[in-house]
Amino acid sequence: MIPVECYFALSALLFFIGVYGFTTRRNLIAMLISVELVLNAVDINFAAINRLLYPEGMEGMFMTLFVIGVAAAESAVAIAIIINVYRKFKSDSVEAIQNMKR
Amino acid sequence: MFSYTIFIMLLPLLSFIVLGLAGMKMQHKVAGLIGTCSLGMVTILSYITAFQYFFGLDRVNGVYQTFVPYNFTWLPLGNLHFDLGILLDPISVMMLIVISTVSLMVHIYSFGYMHGEKGFQRYYAFLSLFTMSMLGLVLATNIFQMYMFWELVGVSSYLLIGFYYPLKPAIAASKKAFIVTRFADMFFLVGILTFGYFVDSFSFNFAGDIVMGQGTTPFIEGNLAKAVAAGGFIIPTALVLMFIGGAGKSAMFPLHIWLPDAMEGPTPVSALIHAATMVVAGVFQIARMFPLWIEYAPQAMSIVVWVGVITAFYAAAVACAQSDIKRVLAFSTISQIAFMMVALGVSLPGHHGAILDNHAQLGYMAGMFHLFTHAMFKACLFLGAGCIIHAVHSNEMALMGGLRKYMPITHITFLISCLAIAGIPFFSGFSSKDEIITACMEYSPVVGWIMTGIAAMTAFYMFRLYYGIFWGTENKEAHAHHTPHEAPLTMTIPLIVLTVITVGVGVYTTIAGFAEWGGSFGSFVSAAGTDYTIHFNIQIAATSTVIAILSICLATYIYKGEQQPIADRLYATFPKLHRAAYKRFYQDEIWQYVTHRIIFRLVSTPIAWFDRHVVDGTFNFLAWGANEAGESIRSWQSGDVRQYAVWFITGTVALTLILLCI
Repeated sequence: MIPVECYFALSALLFFIGVYGFTTRRNLIAMLISVELVLNAVDINFAAINRLLYPEGMEGMFMTLFVIGVAAAESAVAIAIIINVYRKFKSDSVEAIQNMKR
Repeated sequence: MFSYTIFIMLLPLLSFIVLGLAGMKMQHKVAGLIGTCSLGMVTILSYITAFQYFFGLDRVNGVYQTFVPYNFTWLPLGNLHFDLGILLDPISVMMLIVISTVSLMVHIYSFGYMHGEKGFQRYYAFLSLFTMSMLGLVLATNIFQMYMFWELVGVSSYLLIGFYYPLKPAIAASKKAFIVTRFADMFFLVGILTFGYFVDSFSFNFAGDIVMGQGTTPFIEGNLAKAVAAGGFIIPTALVLMFIGGAGKSAMFPLHIWLPDAMEGPTPVSALIHAATMVVAGVFQIARMFPLWIEYAPQAMSIVVWVGVITAFYAAAVACAQSDIKRVLAFSTISQIAFMMVALGVSLPGHHGAILDNHAQLGYMAGMFHLFTHAMFKACLFLGAGCIIHAVHSNEMALMGGLRKYMPITHITFLISCLAIAGIPFFSGFSSKDEIITACMEYSPVVGWIMTGIAAMTAFYMFRLYYGIFWGTENKEAHAHHTPHEAPLTMTIPLIVLTVITVGVGVYTTIAGFAEWGGSFGSFVSAAGTDYTIHFNIQIAATSTVIAILSICLATYIYKGEQQPIADRLYATFPKLHRAAYKRFYQDEIWQYVTHRIIFRLVSTPIAWFDRHVVDGTFNFLAWGANEAGESIRSWQSGDVRQYAVWFITGTVALTLILLCI
């Protein structure tokens, strides 16, 4: 059996890769992918902790499924936004949309 | 009973609203008719009220009862509440007659005087506003309502003095009138608040015997005993503070400075506001508070007496040297109002423990009587002056002279009013002035003789004015260029009506006074409210008549002729005195010096500095701080999503660490 620390290590690794990617990439699609990585890290945590602490329960598993569902919806919305941004600004760079603050 | 009295106040208010909102779209005639008709109805209602009050009701214990047909709470304030209502007692009913009569005459007169004037409708709207406020002032059920309407008459006076607003002097005069009277009213307000704080009531129900109408809010019983227990000086202090307000409104020395300048307004306005009604508000206020003055502050009344004496003398002296006919009349008004003040002040505490006593407080009746007669003949004089100004287009006596040929009606009415103000028997001024001098003699012979002397000066300067206008040297040059003519009928009818009142009242009261008939003025208005039969003291009556006739003869001797060698010689002998009197003994300059050099420089400038630097500085500092903080953190909102994410993560980590440490 794989020790639970390995799951946590993987989850932490994914989380920080996601954060790093979100803060450093300029491309909006790449940033979206980074966010998905962060979500996946959370999913792994849910599943692993459910298995570790309450093997007879299924709440963590269900939560994971919810997050996957929500992430799918979120990706759809985000991609729709990105397409609109691209049409408007002719660019998919995050720096191009700094004017959105106004 | 008396439920219709509410219309006395509502009708002028309604015509003010109608004329004020829709006046500009009306023809002059329509606007004037609306104002005059509503005032006519008010006059009829006032006369009905007076008739019913004085003749339709039985006296209770020989006293006219005080009725309050309307009273409702307008603003409750804990124990105290401010009421609005209508109070009818002998003096307020008497004032109703005075105000509505003079106001109606002025409304009719203004048709002629203001004919074709720009802003005719506005003029009538303001006249209605003024009449409403003045009626509200005299009908007030409590001192606070009186104060409200007191300020309203101040506003209407301001608006009407500044009626010719394109002219600089008119604006300056209206501002001066408003500021000076407001300054005095500040003391009035402090007096009211002092009174209300200690007495727990603003109402005029001092003796607790007022008859309330059905459905009215009952008065809170004033607790005068509590105020006296808190200190004997409280009620006198409050009354004197109120008197300062009254002195400002009634143009008592040294707060008189606004009244001569107020003559910049249209002449009918001077007749209504600055001669007959508004300026006697101070006298009315003292009469209203009279039971308190006589019971709690009899010593303080000497302030009223001496302020009155000084004002009467000062104004009479100045009136002798003025050349503008309206200014002469203005100073004569100040002097005559001072007579009323003196009359009220010389009332002595009653005999036999009676608080109100007709014989000891003859001055009360005399003051009210003079208020009544003076309103009629002084309004007539002002309206006559208006006719003259209308004819020669100037206020200066130098451009007049010899007008009796051109303006017979004005001449006769003016002469009769001059005889009345001079105090010749069978004219109304005689009866009232004689009672005032009698009351003064009883108070102290010194005051009595001073007032007799001032009465002589009155006769002198009024006849100087009369001869200067109607006799003397005719200014042929000016008259050839523009021949003076008699005023139209709308202007002469009010003169005739007022003269008829003056003569009618004068003849009746003179005969009644000598024959000791009842039914004269004292039967209706007297200190104790009981029927008081006026009887002249033959000695005093004879003395004052002889003195008045002598001063008229002196004025005739000096001013009647074409050449006036004596007057010229007097100018040559006392040039400085004449100049000082002409310049009103430099009162305006003194006030100018006091306000500009002392108050503005030593008080206002430091306060302004404090305001600019400390008060404004505090808020400017706060605004500057907020601005700087905003400037320094505005770069945080870069629009760069990744930067936000970094801040978000940093913040989360920091919060987590903080929570862990705790």
